Amino acid sequence: MQNQQIAVRCRGIAKEFGEGESRTQVLRGIDLDVRLGQMSFLVGPSGCGKTTLLSVIAGLLERTDGELHVLGADVSRLSDREKVVFRRENIGFMFQQFNLLPALSAAENVSVPLLAAKFPREAALSRACALLGALGLSERYKALPSELSGGQQQRVALARALIHDPRLLVCDEPTSSLDAETGHAVMDLLASTAVRPDRAVLVVTHDSRVFDFADTTAYMNDGRIVNMDERNNGRRRDPHEDENNSPGAFTGNVHIRGRVGS
Amino acid sequence: MNYVAMKMLLGDRAKYLGLVFAVGFSAMLMAHQASIFWGVMRRTTSQIVDVKDASIWVMDPRVKYVDEVWPLPDSDLYRVRGVEGVEWAVRFFRGTARAKTEDGGFQAFILVGFDDSTLAGAPRRMTLGSLADLRNPDAVAIDEDGYRFLWPGEPFRLGKTLEMNDRRAAIVGVVKSSAPFQPTPVVYTRFSQAIRFVGRERNMVSFILANPRPGESPDSICRRITERTGLAAMTRDEFISKTIRYYIRHTGIPVNFGITVALAFIVGAVVAGQTFYIFTIENLKQFGALKAIGVTNSRITGMILLQALVVGLMGFAVGMGLTAAFFESTKNISHLRGFYLMWEVMAGTGASVLTIIVLSSLLSVRRVYVLEPAYVFRGGN
Repeated sequence: MQNQQIAVRCRGIAKEFGEGESRTQVLRGIDLDVRLGQMSFLVGPSGCGKTTLLSVIAGLLERTDGELHVLGADVSRLSDREKVVFRRENIGFMFQQFNLLPALSAAENVSVPLLAAKFPREAALSRACALLGALGLSERYKALPSELSGGQQQRVALARALIHDPRLLVCDEPTSSLDAETGHAVMDLLASTAVRPDRAVLVVTHDSRVFDFADTTAYMNDGRIVNMDERNNGRRRDPHEDENNSPGAFTGNVHIRGRVGS
Repeated sequence: MNYVAMKMLLGDRAKYLGLVFAVGFSAMLMAHQASIFWGVMRRTTSQIVDVKDASIWVMDPRVKYVDEVWPLPDSDLYRVRGVEGVEWAVRFFRGTARAKTEDGGFQAFILVGFDDSTLAGAPRRMTLGSLADLRNPDAVAIDEDGYRFLWPGEPFRLGKTLEMNDRRAAIVGVVKSSAPFQPTPVVYTRFSQAIRFVGRERNMVSFILANPRPGESPDSICRRITERTGLAAMTRDEFISKTIRYYIRHTGIPVNFGITVALAFIVGAVVAGQTFYIFTIENLKQFGALKAIGVTNSRITGMILLQALVVGLMGFAVGMGLTAAFFESTKNISHLRGFYLMWEVMAGTGASVLTIIVLSSLLSVRRVYVLEPAYVFRGGN
């Protein structure tokens, strides 16, 4: 039963870059479980390996060692092409720099994952417009990314990440390019629209302003998970409850399974 | 995803126009130089092209091209006429003469002499005057460019005179001839008149023009004439090819134009290729995002190839349009006329543009293939 709730299971994940003397070990035996129905945060200082771990989990990077199961699939057994299809069908992405295609309108950007899955263009656009409307951008679906504010662009990116109804949503620093208020608004939207019982949301961030949105938090340093934190039995606190929250104030039972780095 | 590829391509107008211009400029350079090269080559055959009546040219076997004449005795004309299947055969003179102009100066001419009785071999496109007037004593016709060369700025007018070999020549016609290889005026007259203008020698027949009987193929008659007379006989098209081949083999023209066309190809490949390569590299982050989202490498390759083909097609169209516009605008300038955009040149340029664009897009595709989609996550840890 517990296994069924786990979207991502990492055991002893290691990742090295380079060879010989230039070899750098970025991940050093990561054990981590990410559960469905939760918003899990990977936090830590720049260079600690959290984005690399996110990339490995999302199937964008090959791990050097360890076991990885994503949504029940042993990713290491998938061919490159199967990985692409797996990503397309199961994973949604939000990037730090939004990575919207500048020549495409908001709706067209949102429809890209569906077009990649060979959805008819009109149907994809119609679904994109509906989703943008649900995210409060019904008036802006024809706008180009350059005509949108940072917050609006990230909302478009969120819509693009959700349009194909993925079971795992990975977000890389979704608020670091935004001011505090906009970042909060984006996280509010993420929490209210993306988190569902059958979907896991994994967020990499070092933006302490949004830590309160986490159900579970894994703290990383130097390629290891050094601390795990799950509050309210995996239920988010209202981040507006205490504007002075800080990472150091996190308390609660740790339900996320993880190995504290040595 | 083709729609996305097109939007990516057309989204940045400046870059798109830059790409199209780069390809268009290269295409124009290649097509322009190749057309001028073939135009120059065609000009070497203008004397053959302007003879519309005969499908067979008979000559001394030593003749290598139309400007090299080994005169034949009159008896050869009768031998050719005696070959079975020959409907008719006439003498044709092609030589050079020097004329004294009205103002006392001297001018070299190409002198063409056609059959006195039938006028076979005479020019057919008269701007002024009539072919029948060439039967008059001392009558000659001159080509348009020659007229303008001798009497610049003057409107075409009949009745002007020249003096060749102490004989008066009255201009009774102005001829629209094919653009010649040399900027020498061409004077047309009857054979008997022509030999008076240059002075009688033992052998005066430059070529024998002939036509086969209906139902006989020119090729078989040519073979028969050669077998029976020992003379070289070839169809009009064969003689044109022979003349062009001579110039290609024995002059620096093809080498020089070949270098220019090759340079155009290289410059085009570098400019268009690099511009397109940079365009793709600038979009690398976008392609990385697409790869992360789940677009396959083959799909992205298709997108890049589509972009390349559209750029190539548009650039090719622009290049051909500019080349055609150039030749259209210069078709009435005497030293530039006779050049036009041939379909063979268009096809060759199209193939070159396709090669350039496919090569550059393959280079770009290689970068996309090796691109880790994790690149979009700030490129690492």
